[in-house]
Amino acid sequence: MDSKHMTQTESNVNQLDFDSNNNNNVNDDVKSYENIKIGLEIHCQLTRLETKLFCGCFSNYRDIQPNGNTCPICLGLPGSLPLLNKKAVEYASMICISLNCNIPEKITFYRKNYFYPDLPKNFQITQYNSYELSSIGFDGLISYYNDKAELDNTGKSKSKAVRIKRIQLEEDPGKIVHEESNSKINNYCLIDYNRAGVALVEIVTEPDFKNATDVRLFLNKITNIFEYLGVSDPNLEGAVRCDVNVSVKGGKKVEIKNVSSFKDVEKSIFYEITRQKTLSMHEISVKSETRHWDEKRKITIPARTKEEEDEYKYFPEPDIPRIVLGSDYKVRIKENMPELPIERLKRYVENHKLSNHISDILVNNKNVSDFYEESVKIYNSPKEISNWIVNELLSKTNELEKDESIGNKSDKNRAFNSQVTPRQIADMAKLVEGKSINRNIAKEIFDKSIRTGESPLKLVENLKVEKIQDSEIIKKYIDEILSNEKHLIEQSNNNPNVANFILGKIMKKTGGRADPQLTLKLIKESIRHS
Amino acid sequence: MGELHKLPGYQVSQKIRNQEIFAEEYISQLFERIDKVDLKINSFISKNYESVLLKAKQIDKKIKNNEKLGSLLGIPIGIKDNISVLGLKTTCASRILQEYVPPYNATVIDRLEKQDAIIIGKLNMDEFGMGTSSEFSHYGPVHNPWNQEYVAGGSSGGSAAAVSSLQVPVSLGSDTGGSIRCPCSFCSVIGIKPTYGLVSRYGLVSYSNSLEQIGPIARTVVDIAMTLNAICGRDSNDNTSASSSASAGIDQQFEYKIDSVDGILGKNYKVGIIDNLIDSSEYQVKETVHKKINLLKEHDFSVHKTKINYSDFALAAYYVIATAEASSNLSRFDNIRYGFNYNPEGYEWNSYSSHVRSNFGEEVKRRILVGSFVLSAGYYGKYYLKAQKIRKIIKNEFNKLFKLFDVLVLPTMPILPFRIGEKVAKPLELYNLDIYTILSNLAGIPAMSIPAGFSKEGLPIGLQLLSNEFNEQVLIDIATFFEHKDKFNEWIPSI
Repeated sequence: MDSKHMTQTESNVNQLDFDSNNNNNVNDDVKSYENIKIGLEIHCQLTRLETKLFCGCFSNYRDIQPNGNTCPICLGLPGSLPLLNKKAVEYASMICISLNCNIPEKITFYRKNYFYPDLPKNFQITQYNSYELSSIGFDGLISYYNDKAELDNTGKSKSKAVRIKRIQLEEDPGKIVHEESNSKINNYCLIDYNRAGVALVEIVTEPDFKNATDVRLFLNKITNIFEYLGVSDPNLEGAVRCDVNVSVKGGKKVEIKNVSSFKDVEKSIFYEITRQKTLSMHEISVKSETRHWDEKRKITIPARTKEEEDEYKYFPEPDIPRIVLGSDYKVRIKENMPELPIERLKRYVENHKLSNHISDILVNNKNVSDFYEESVKIYNSPKEISNWIVNELLSKTNELEKDESIGNKSDKNRAFNSQVTPRQIADMAKLVEGKSINRNIAKEIFDKSIRTGESPLKLVENLKVEKIQDSEIIKKYIDEILSNEKHLIEQSNNNPNVANFILGKIMKKTGGRADPQLTLKLIKESIRHS
Repeated sequence: MGELHKLPGYQVSQKIRNQEIFAEEYISQLFERIDKVDLKINSFISKNYESVLLKAKQIDKKIKNNEKLGSLLGIPIGIKDNISVLGLKTTCASRILQEYVPPYNATVIDRLEKQDAIIIGKLNMDEFGMGTSSEFSHYGPVHNPWNQEYVAGGSSGGSAAAVSSLQVPVSLGSDTGGSIRCPCSFCSVIGIKPTYGLVSRYGLVSYSNSLEQIGPIARTVVDIAMTLNAICGRDSNDNTSASSSASAGIDQQFEYKIDSVDGILGKNYKVGIIDNLIDSSEYQVKETVHKKINLLKEHDFSVHKTKINYSDFALAAYYVIATAEASSNLSRFDNIRYGFNYNPEGYEWNSYSSHVRSNFGEEVKRRILVGSFVLSAGYYGKYYLKAQKIRKIIKNEFNKLFKLFDVLVLPTMPILPFRIGEKVAKPLELYNLDIYTILSNLAGIPAMSIPAGFSKEGLPIGLQLLSNEFNEQVLIDIATFFEHKDKFNEWIPSI
């Protein structure tokens, strides 16, 4: 029975012609790729919605005092009825479209019945595809590495993709709060229902990943998409959560729950692969189970026995009539959808004539890409502007990241934004392209601009105004040097470079402000007259 | 003096409006009546005396000040205890909710109050609406005003008995499988289960969401129509309410009118007699219903025999759907926010949960178990899905019938009211009594029970009228006809 199950899923994977040789991760054991299957269940809160999925309470429950963001509906009080948030259906559809999923003409909500203290009604309103294909999305495919291949549709073998099994819209449960971190010494716990009822999109992938690096690439890709769509802010704590399924050849599927950061997703996969391989090496069979990620110890530990799928007693939610989206729904949503990363990439390459590499870097962070867009609006030179952003600004941001070990993306964004405005970048591009200054000086000006926040144009202006062209002042510098280093006068007789040497000293002292030609002339005069 | 409680709501309201009597005076008399009578009937779970008096005074003041007055001015309305009223205990006649006070009003309550009706108290019922006799209540059984040794019918037994025994002119009940009509039949009053979606369910504690509706109970058709007018219509708080649901596609102001008998006769209603169901009733029920049919014939209604197939499957389908939904709806009562101060010491999660939930009554437990069973591993297709198919078949059958007829006539209940305690231990016998009433719940069509007469023993018999969805007017017309001919509004128990 088990072997039959295995061959079935394996043949599914074989339908995809990924090239695993193209993998850029050297840490993974290439030979073992085929033996490892990783699938994800990603929960993404639609944080950009104003209200919860079925009531008028705020979607943004953060920073509200416990149970202050609740109403009869999200508390599941007797007699209350869920009222579907239509915007949530739209947002979820946008995610489905971005991941190339089908959207059915009719969607249905189901009740998933199980007892848990954080679940106000002891059932979760969700979607379920076992009786009919009625979840908001199903059967998608998304490439997460080498978008160019996706773009020209030629080098498909070089890209990596994952199949999306289904996407469903559902409500988030409340939160159980333990006052003591060690659950053993707690003799009570508290429940905060502020989060209960927040709209959640669950994305279930097929087990198409072979290693943790690919999982990370994919997670970056889709969180970027969430940001582009403006449906969710992945940087908010708990906004995007992930369960991971891992199996090695010969073993059963193990589900890892409670992984709260993407870094830990990778770590938990490494841990689980190692654990399962070790078991197989000792000829202990890996059993199907749910394990918890212990954030502190960075290991997985067995969780309570998972209830069988059918014990959830699914049935259609009678309080929400089936929603008829109609056949043109997808088209209508698509029309009003924000530009996707892949579309932006295409525009940068085709219209802005940027390289794939540069475009990729820009597009991979919506914040950076938006910054680029703003800058180009001010001064239309995509090449020069992208150059300043990618080669100067981002490298500085990256340094900053290393220096201060800034962990997450939001801090990075903040660092990025606080440094410089699109106007400054546009000005730099304009200065360089207008040949007002050469590139080296431009870089200095840029540094200064970043440090002081002053406009580069103004800095250049100041530079000109402050140029020392007063012969008396320059003479003072020369006299000072010559009186301190009298040997220079003698050397100057047989070494023509001495004049230049003195010039260098003066330039250093004046911060380059002395007019070089005038200064050189005056130096030569001084030497001659001495 | 002292006879005001006998008047129907619309007449009292008129007197208050005309300042012939004060609302306060009327309410005080009703309190006396309730205090005297309800000891024998047990129809109230909680009374709202203090705030009711305050409300009555406000109404008197409003009239004095010439303010705009609502259509239900000063009419006291009793509310089945599964409909949420802000600040009033809403127990569903369950031990588990005995201390629960909703922080919000059901939509129907807001709408009644908007029309200056007075919410007088909460009425007894079968726990969570599960029962046909109002015996399954944590607060004890409701007694039939016509004979107190008999059941009042259920589950809205308190709502029907309070109206029948002249404690209130109007009440609200809820009907999942006959819960308004059965007690109306047993207590000889009028009750209507509206089209699914006509009345908002927001605030009605769910038993079986896809089947149930709130509806009015009264002694006169005028009171029924006035109350229904006040509570019906689209509600943005209920996604299944009419016209917010795509299938109905109706976005009109519903308003039901009382026509003259001549006017009604002029409409040439075609009446279908559900012969097979009349035949399978107890003989006294059968005879009484035939008398009513003859009355229709005498007045030149076009009357034809017809039948409904699959009614036995319908009963099975009904209990599968109702219990499945109920098992899920009631799972929230896990003692985390409702229930008792039970120390969890010595329990683990599952045993604590079952300890707490043992406080449900026997019938509720039975239905939770059945519902959990039909939804569990691998049985969905065998039970729930099949039940939904039967539901569609029944609906189609009615669609065909309503191409031929405007109204269908059958008994409300197949038997006479029975003695309290007689069937408590026989759940299947009780379930079988719902066979005539569940049809309209499954099909979502409106259904009304009106007084039809009495058995030799003096026990009430009800006549059931069915019409097509959103065609409540036909039911009101036919009821008006019978009210006019039979004067059943004058049939009052001697309690």
